[in-house]
Amino acid sequence: MTIDQIIFLVVAVATLIAAFRVVTTGNLIHAAFWLIAALFGVAAIFAILHASFLAVVQVVVYIGAISILFIFAVMLTRKDMRDQGPQLNRNWGFGAFLAALALVGLVFLVHGWSGVTKTAPAFPSEFDAVSALGNALVSPDAYVLPFEVASVLLVAALVGAVYVAYNRK
Amino acid sequence: MVPLSWYLIFSAILFSIGLFGVLSRRNLVAILLGIELMLNSVNVNLAAFWRYGTVTNITGQVFAIIVFAVAAAEVSVGLALVISVYRKRNTVIADEIDMLKF
Repeated sequence: MTIDQIIFLVVAVATLIAAFRVVTTGNLIHAAFWLIAALFGVAAIFAILHASFLAVVQVVVYIGAISILFIFAVMLTRKDMRDQGPQLNRNWGFGAFLAALALVGLVFLVHGWSGVTKTAPAFPSEFDAVSALGNALVSPDAYVLPFEVASVLLVAALVGAVYVAYNRK
Repeated sequence: MVPLSWYLIFSAILFSIGLFGVLSRRNLVAILLGIELMLNSVNVNLAAFWRYGTVTNITGQVFAIIVFAVAAAEVSVGLALVISVYRKRNTVIADEIDMLKF
């Protein structure tokens, strides 16, 4: 087992434990903090994959913005945060069954596919992934249209969020 | 070198954990936390396929950026709805929000 594999396994196991705590812990504010740990793990996975821009965006957007939004939402709905009764609904056994079924199906698909044993090609040292990504996002030959549509979607969603949460009193 | 299947199985497990959270939690904010885990597992898949395919073809990372934007939009609308429902009904338990039932 090489050093790469050991680092990957450590990060992956830590991420999965944090993710499991997110869905099982009773206290919601703790769940939000476990989510931050899981998101850090995914950022480390991005760094292992040489996707440096994705790793930075993961930290800035997910941990810096979305997790803070979650913590604010938990605090604004605080009355129900203390553990009154069970945190899982009556059908949680069925939910666990469906999740296990999805996992088995996905692992079955992965193992049935021939490209799965592929190893990564050597990362070309002169290739600058960040500038290539930036060019692809604004180039008319590449992805400028999805990029602009995504920004319009984000603006529309944020205006809608302000409208929905506005207190009319 | 880490084989591609490790990334795929890691993201499959992460997706299943998120799915379990969405299906079994009672609190609306906790359901949204599960959705975040599922979206993250999708991003891990996209980045892994980019790395193990042609590295100079940047499409996988562009898709991951779009997923980031959509996740931010989804979570802002979702939490706004949760806060709005909490103002009206004073609860964030999914079972008790049955205004459309008659």
